Amino acid sequence: MANIPNDLQYTEEHEYVRKGKDGNAEIGITDFAQGELGDIVYIELPKVGTKFGKHDVFGTIEAVKAVSELFAPIAGEVVAINDRLDKEPALVNTDPYGAGWMIKVKPSSASEIDGLMKSDAYTKHIGVK
Amino acid sequence: MVDTTTLKRTPLYDVHVALGAKIVPFAGFEMPVQYPTGITAEHKAVREKAGLFDVSHMGEFVVRGPQAVDFVNYVTTNDVAALAPGQAQYSTILREDGTIVDDCLVYRVEDRVLMVVNGSNIDKDFAHISRFVKKFNATLEDISDKIALLALQGPDAARILQKLTDTDLSKIKYYEFIIGKVAGVEKVYISRTGYTGEDGFELYFGGEHAVRIWNALTASGEVTPTGLGARDSLRLEMGMALYGNDLDDTTTPLEASLGWLVKMKKGDFVGRDALAKQKERGLERKLVGFTTAERSFPRHGYPVFAAGRPSGEVRSGTMSPTLGIPIGTAYVPPASAAEGAALEIEIRGKRISATVQKMPFYKNGSRL
Repeated sequence: MANIPNDLQYTEEHEYVRKGKDGNAEIGITDFAQGELGDIVYIELPKVGTKFGKHDVFGTIEAVKAVSELFAPIAGEVVAINDRLDKEPALVNTDPYGAGWMIKVKPSSASEIDGLMKSDAYTKHIGVK
Repeated sequence: MVDTTTLKRTPLYDVHVALGAKIVPFAGFEMPVQYPTGITAEHKAVREKAGLFDVSHMGEFVVRGPQAVDFVNYVTTNDVAALAPGQAQYSTILREDGTIVDDCLVYRVEDRVLMVVNGSNIDKDFAHISRFVKKFNATLEDISDKIALLALQGPDAARILQKLTDTDLSKIKYYEFIIGKVAGVEKVYISRTGYTGEDGFELYFGGEHAVRIWNALTASGEVTPTGLGARDSLRLEMGMALYGNDLDDTTTPLEASLGWLVKMKKGDFVGRDALAKQKERGLERKLVGFTTAERSFPRHGYPVFAAGRPSGEVRSGTMSPTLGIPIGTAYVPPASAAEGAALEIEIRGKRISATVQKMPFYKNGSRL
């Protein structure tokens, strides 16, 4: 079964958001998403400083079987990216919520994160898929 | 959505599900594309140790009668008469216009010939070659539904299989086979063939024995169950053609760089005249392998450009698990087909450079 931690927020496109103490949002894809994609071989991430709106494409994830776009769960500015993924994209498979995080974003609006799905809603979302 | 109610299952379907395989529709069957191990690790297991594929979706036709060899020789391009009993060959089945109906394996047995065809093409192939069988003193039977096929592939394959059979496997050379006993099951075709570039065997036997042989092969824990995903990346690293990608109803074997399967001097065969004409005229396109220096990799269907002009689509493409670089195939004009020639591939709206490379991409297989 897919791991769905209850301290994170989720999107319908299978990204998770972890709200940091500094108010920034750490974004990655869920355990369910990495399982569906299979072996990930390349992840294209935005540069630090990039700004985007909610639902904008912020990157691309290439798995052996398929390629998917990454959609911004919230509006904001990229303040950090996970450089390790360039050499070790499989970290997203092995540890999606830890070493496999993708970007940190400074939210345009602090309340936007709270509007995302909680773990129980996301569990339902993937259950009906 | 694919209507799963019409899909067939191999005798090992329940075994795959119990192993946690991801099941996808393929060639009209519900097939395992990967196990929880993952495609990359499954691929590596075959290159370094041994992997086991259920490829029972493949089709088998048996041809009997005094003119069995003559008939198969007429409907395929390679020279069946050159085979001694116990030998097999790779071949193609053509239409009169030289286009490829399917690629296949031909096994010459003492009293019959076995043709092994792609699962997705069984009905098409059978209808096509049936048109010619009346000219020969031979009978043609489709036994696909009765036969299971397991491929044990990898440098450790022979050592592992030898424990389950009294047949001396060292006596079976590449593209040879012996009918023997495996794990107590009689009349197994033990064929030293495969689709991975590694040493290995393909085992054909009655489907009712599939679970028994699968369990015997995997019992030691030395064999990794491997799905269609790894099968595709393994064969592409070797530059081995896949029907539906590299070959289809519009391509000829000459275009597909399979000229070595066409024996023009063996006598008449279906498609011969068309190929002779194509040879005379010269080819307009040729299947080549290419690599790119980008991290994004080419996938089936992406547009290809040669000398700035559209040149069809990527036929096969993946990130080579062994080499760590993107590899692919495409049909290009002869002027762009030489090793080192520059191509362009359009990946999500962006054109990236690619370089024609001689296949196989991977050159260190245990069976080369």
